Amino acid sequence: MTLLAVRNLTVTYPTRTGLIEAVRGISFDVGRERLGIVGESGSGKSQTGRAVMGLTPKPGIVSADAMTFSGVDLLKAGPAQWRDLRGRRMAMILQDPKFSLNPVMTIGRQITETLRHHENVTKKEARQRALAMLEAVQIRDPERLFGLYPHEVSGGMGQRAMIAMMLVCGPELLIADEPTSALDVTVQLEVLGILDRLVRDTGMGLIFISHDLRLVSSFCDRVIVMYAGRIVEELATADLRNARHPYTQGLLDCTPKIGEDRHPLPVLERQKEWAA
Amino acid sequence: MTIEIAVDELSVTFREFRALKTVSIAVEKGESFGLVGESGSGKSTLLRAITGLAPSSGGAITVAGETLSGSRRSKAFRRTVQMVFQDPYASLHPRQTVDRQLVEPLAIHGIGDAETRILRALDEVGLGPSFRFRYPHQLSGGQRQRVAIARALIVEPEILLLDEPTSALDASVQAEVLNLLEEVRARRGLTYLMVSHDLGVVTHMCGRLAVMREGEVVEMLSATDLAAGRTVSDYTARLMVASKGFSREAVPTG
Repeated sequence: MTLLAVRNLTVTYPTRTGLIEAVRGISFDVGRERLGIVGESGSGKSQTGRAVMGLTPKPGIVSADAMTFSGVDLLKAGPAQWRDLRGRRMAMILQDPKFSLNPVMTIGRQITETLRHHENVTKKEARQRALAMLEAVQIRDPERLFGLYPHEVSGGMGQRAMIAMMLVCGPELLIADEPTSALDVTVQLEVLGILDRLVRDTGMGLIFISHDLRLVSSFCDRVIVMYAGRIVEELATADLRNARHPYTQGLLDCTPKIGEDRHPLPVLERQKEWAA
Repeated sequence: MTIEIAVDELSVTFREFRALKTVSIAVEKGESFGLVGESGSGKSTLLRAITGLAPSSGGAITVAGETLSGSRRSKAFRRTVQMVFQDPYASLHPRQTVDRQLVEPLAIHGIGDAETRILRALDEVGLGPSFRFRYPHQLSGGQRQRVAIARALIVEPEILLLDEPTSALDASVQAEVLNLLEEVRARRGLTYLMVSHDLGVVTHMCGRLAVMREGEVVEMLSATDLAAGRTVSDYTARLMVASKGFSREAVPTG
């Protein structure tokens, strides 16, 4: 079943020197699965995620032939409809919890705020559900974290709180934009494990945006590879070894791996026609 | 082999917090030595303590035969030892051209012949003379890091301290910068002390490495031992698993 269908999406930014096309006509579908979007900085992967959430900053212009999310036409959605969708039916996790959590609000209040905005629940009920959610993201002492401010917790803790906040209303689609790049490798794995289990248990769709092709390939079912605002290749992660596009091959090849002796490392020779 | 950098039971304390607890490492001349660990393990603090940017509260540091004390460093030290930082967006002056940033270290050390040295330095890091009068904002992340490397190399140092030199860069650009660093080391016979959280990068670049955690060296081993999985501490083994990427089996569920 298709949750999100995007057809011919473009995101443009007017600048003094003319229009900058950040995303140039991409189409994809997301079902109840894990879809990875991979690309280097400037490839348009984050802009794609933001456009789907209706969070393209001004003066950016989003246009598409179609963009529907389980029956809702996102292109025609007004502010009230967006407010209803975001947080309840679709949610987004950003890279660094240091910047995406409200610094002057306790973590507990931020989670219950989402709940009380979208659902008609009592304070007590909201608190209980928030605590249950914090437990679901494997926080040992939810009561303690509930009363803490974001600056009092570590990065890994903050990101778990962020995940709890985003999932407390049980969204159908979760967009995670580099959710673990600000974390240490060992913590990264724990957070991915939590995300993996929650996605599996609740059956929601996940769009995982990252620059790390290897990480994405170990986590997602399907990968879209973007270059200069376009999709250059789309494939199942199981077929990653048979990637045909030289850009995908180059990305896979250029990271040093433990136990390999390749000096110098192969580098990407960018071709003009990739961006065409 | 002579020891180029000797750190002996060094400790660094910020107020009550002990960032480094009696750390000892020895780096041989011409060697490339790696420091790995998670954030807060003290790996960057160790580099900063060597350059005098972090206050040492005990122990001894000897670099190129010179015993260092306090946070003052001689001019000769500053010429022998140069540092490349993690974020090229933050380590270059935003309102100075590449040329200006490269002239500065030459002027400080009273090195003449700036014109040819700048051109040679740019050439060495793979940037043409056309980059000379650009501002940092006109360069990509990889190009900026090349400028930072050129700025370090222009005073002809013998030791480079590299603090996560590629972690702010895209994977493909990382490969280019790592190749450049290896090439430069081979050509000039430099000694590297390199900090990274990426085991793949460290084993690629370094012959030996120290694994750090909570201000202490947990394990010291060669890159080949690490690659073969001959690790002693559990922590190193856990880092190894984590660096292989996500797998459903590796994550403890519960």
